[in-house]
Amino acid sequence: MTSAISAIQRSALGFVLVLVLFGALPLVISSYQMSIANEILIFALLAMSIDVLAGYAGRTSLGHGALFGASTYVVIYWTSVYGGSAWVGCLLGVIAATLIATVFAAFAVRVSGVYFLLLTLALGMIVWGVCLRWTSVTGGENGIRGVGRPDLIANPTVFYYATLAVVLLMTFLMWRFVRSPFGLTLRGIRDSESRMRSLGYGTSVHMFVAFIVTGFFAGVAGALYALFNNFVSPSTVQLSQSVEGLLMAIIGGVGTLFGSFIGAAAIILLENVVSAYTARWQMVLGFTFIGTMIFAPEGILGALRWLISRKRWRRSSNIVTNDSNTKGGTKWIADNF
Amino acid sequence: MDRRQFLKATSLTVAVSAAGTLATPRIVRAADPIRIGLMAPLSGVVAAGGREIVEGFNMYWEEHGKQSGGRAVEVIIEDDAGNPDTALQKARRLVEQAKVDFLFGNLLANTGLAVASYVKGNGVPYFIPVIAADDLTQRNRIRNVIRVAGYTASQMPRPLADWALKQGHKRIATISQDYTFGHEQCGGFAQVFTEGGGQIVSQLWNPLNTADFSPYIGQLGNLKVDAIFAMELGADASRFMKQYSDFGLKGQIPLLGAQNFTDQSVIRTLGEECDGIISSAHFAEGSDNPVTQKFVKAYSAKYNKMPSLYGFSHYSGAMWVDQVINQLKGDISNRDVFIDAVLKSQLTNSPLGRPVRFDDYGNPVYDVYIRKVVKNKDGKYWNVPIQTYPAVSQFWTYKPEEYLKNPPFSRDYQGIKK
Repeated sequence: MTSAISAIQRSALGFVLVLVLFGALPLVISSYQMSIANEILIFALLAMSIDVLAGYAGRTSLGHGALFGASTYVVIYWTSVYGGSAWVGCLLGVIAATLIATVFAAFAVRVSGVYFLLLTLALGMIVWGVCLRWTSVTGGENGIRGVGRPDLIANPTVFYYATLAVVLLMTFLMWRFVRSPFGLTLRGIRDSESRMRSLGYGTSVHMFVAFIVTGFFAGVAGALYALFNNFVSPSTVQLSQSVEGLLMAIIGGVGTLFGSFIGAAAIILLENVVSAYTARWQMVLGFTFIGTMIFAPEGILGALRWLISRKRWRRSSNIVTNDSNTKGGTKWIADNF
Repeated sequence: MDRRQFLKATSLTVAVSAAGTLATPRIVRAADPIRIGLMAPLSGVVAAGGREIVEGFNMYWEEHGKQSGGRAVEVIIEDDAGNPDTALQKARRLVEQAKVDFLFGNLLANTGLAVASYVKGNGVPYFIPVIAADDLTQRNRIRNVIRVAGYTASQMPRPLADWALKQGHKRIATISQDYTFGHEQCGGFAQVFTEGGGQIVSQLWNPLNTADFSPYIGQLGNLKVDAIFAMELGADASRFMKQYSDFGLKGQIPLLGAQNFTDQSVIRTLGEECDGIISSAHFAEGSDNPVTQKFVKAYSAKYNKMPSLYGFSHYSGAMWVDQVINQLKGDISNRDVFIDAVLKSQLTNSPLGRPVRFDDYGNPVYDVYIRKVVKNKDGKYWNVPIQTYPAVSQFWTYKPEEYLKNPPFSRDYQGIKK
């Protein structure tokens, strides 16, 4: 594979692309479109946190939407009901999400496969139930209104770039995380947990830590969402939030990290563009998911990589083996469908 | 990846994202029309009600040549999916991209509250004929959020409580959906009923979308009460009435309902099980008022069903705002002037057949009917007024300043006098 660029170069390319594309957007789009781009960034972060577990550790979580929303609730509650500062609120939100993730992790590390999926789903539903029923604190069905962003980031453009900076930083941290020796053990667990255990790794501890770390990232996304949306209600923590995050990761490409940006952009743009033309937009969304699963089961980024590597193979007659990243996607599909 | 491939990949990505952001719908700019953003849940669990919102609203503008104050009217409809986050996103789109002059609609209180918090920041007028959350015209009033042809949740059941006392009911049990709209409606009833000397024996709360009411109805049947007050809407209301009748309680314990309980959106699919239920509301499709009957006939002819509260409220809401725009001769560029004009105005020729005005807190004052479900001459069930309570405001007989010192209604606070 002499002509192939290394994984590091490719990731650097990903960073540059995200930075340039999202960085240049405010120059050419309206304020409404910028709020959509902002939302894409926040949800890409949520999707990435799910992707780290799904693509690298082989565990599909349906509880991260609840971690995300719990952080949103804490930030809004702290700023509007308690009257505290938004910065402290964000910190508390992320801490809350991480703590809840710790509790989730304690249960979830014991199982894998479809049981992991169901357990995280159930834990997420508990968070939703609490938000819905604990009316005196969460406002129940009506939710809580925020008090607006702090002056420093009140301007939508400033807030957009602040979001971009935070999301890029978090992306880098996640990228470092999955490439670290610790991240490699996660891939080992994904490929064969029993082999890793017989090699002497404490796989449960590794999964425990991985879950908490991804909970932290989901919490950061949730805190950003609180600043962005300025409103929170049980629909922010409900199951569909987790499912949407997971779908974004799948559409973009599981185990690609950067695919989450593509997936988040695809879904949020579809939702907003198609709904302006037809009331049947959810149907269009459904067909898109089915189409993706049939024609690009490794997601958009996975399919692009595959196209590029096939072309290269044709030209140079080099046999290109699947690198471990795209293999994550294949393995994930094989495990879950 | 060499340079050429890099360029290919990059240009592809750029093209894809550009196509996404640019492919927003083109808006035809006619000669400066008035642009109204209407949001309604067209998908999700309350989609049926959402469609009636659109029907009622469109019907008004179609009847009036789609123009107001000499300007064309353009209605841009968005689906809020019954989800506050979606509603917020759609409100942003309507205001920031479609550049609407004002917003209208939404059905569920949580979607309305989300949009209200958004317009609080930018001053866009937002009219809410169906969003009934008490505090929007009480403790957390927002000047540019106006309840044209709308009502406060706790406003309507109060006359019913008074009526029940006069019927000699002393002990009543309530069953309500366990969310804010239910807490507020039930609270309005419980407060007036207990202050008038009645006793609320038990309060049951069922989650939204309760599939089986038999455990609740079993409890209600054993309480030895004079009547039961039920606040349910949508499919829950149909299921409750059906099971109430199946369990043989119908005819034994009188059933009183909040306004949505016997709304057309519920009873038009029901048979005998809804017969004779008493409820209270400002609108009764069975009223013999000729103006009301004209509206009901026109609506039935157009959509092949009698109007529900959702359709009626948005028809009247459109009428109210249209009157004000006519009065301002189409100039609504100054939002403050527009909002003041709306708040000072009276709705004169609505299907209610009686004038309606706002109280000092921006909530309409209505003559409220006590209604009974009976069969009309076509064999369809409808609500017929049996008594009228004139000029019922959201504060009933209380002094607003004192009333507002109480906490808002919740499961824990129902205003019950001990």
